[in-house]
Amino acid sequence: MTQGYFELFGLDSKFSIDLTTLESNFRKIQSESHPDRFVTANDAEKLKSMQLATLANEAYQTLKKPALRAEYLLKLQGIEAISETNTAMPMDFLMQQMEWREAIDDAKNANDIASLDALLAEMQQEGKVLNTALALFIDDHQDYEAATEATRKLIFIDKVSIDINKVIEQIEN
Amino acid sequence: MAYSDKVLDHYENPRNVGTLDKNDPNVGTGMVGAPACGDVMKLMIKVNDSGIIEDAKFKTYGCGSAIASSSLVTEWLKGKTIDEAYAIKNSAIAEELALPPVKIHCSVLAEDAIKAAVADIKAKQLAKETA
Repeated sequence: MTQGYFELFGLDSKFSIDLTTLESNFRKIQSESHPDRFVTANDAEKLKSMQLATLANEAYQTLKKPALRAEYLLKLQGIEAISETNTAMPMDFLMQQMEWREAIDDAKNANDIASLDALLAEMQQEGKVLNTALALFIDDHQDYEAATEATRKLIFIDKVSIDINKVIEQIEN
Repeated sequence: MAYSDKVLDHYENPRNVGTLDKNDPNVGTGMVGAPACGDVMKLMIKVNDSGIIEDAKFKTYGCGSAIASSSLVTEWLKGKTIDEAYAIKNSAIAEELALPPVKIHCSVLAEDAIKAAVADIKAKQLAKETA
């Protein structure tokens, strides 16, 4: 099965996608490939529908999240954005990461949910800026080098957001 | 996934957590990040006039393996020359901590942090000589 994730849902291979189309076409494939529809089908048809369901799920999970969508688009260009052996990030970005991490620690120790909410809002803003940048780099300018750096940054921002939410949850319980 | 005893030991009792004075001309700082998981690591080393690492501190925000890898290297670094430090390989860290293949990148992060800290101290020494 060599069909790409975007083609599967009838989408153009772009960073800016219509999430409603993604969602509805995913649900459609899900129901069309549902095992209940293949109770009387032969083994080959059963296998085919199962493979389609698996592919659709994988594709949906990837395209739904901006960072993973960008990583996938770069992979289509032959670029491995998230290499495990490349740990070089811009120094000012890493400094900022450390500052945010320390601010989370301080807020955690002080049970300061307001500060955590403020940090979370900051991450959402950072994420928005990176999303806009990615659409510009990938869709408008095919600047894959800039897109690679923005994708890597977005993964860090997502991770910080997840960790802030975890801390808020811990404090609230 | 189960962590090895050594990872757990470093994770629960991390050695040398903290920072050194980054403005000290004898202190080198290495900062790295792993885009695969969003972990960030800061390693600082203090080198004496004979080029021996006297002290090492780290701050790592990441999984247990990343914390253990940085904690372990701070222990290894003390008493080494900066060139010996630069030669430390991630495979040695991974082996010592019995890291599973999916966590090898944590040891890569620690190796790269050492290299970045050594590069920083060399740049500072060069600036001092040419000043």
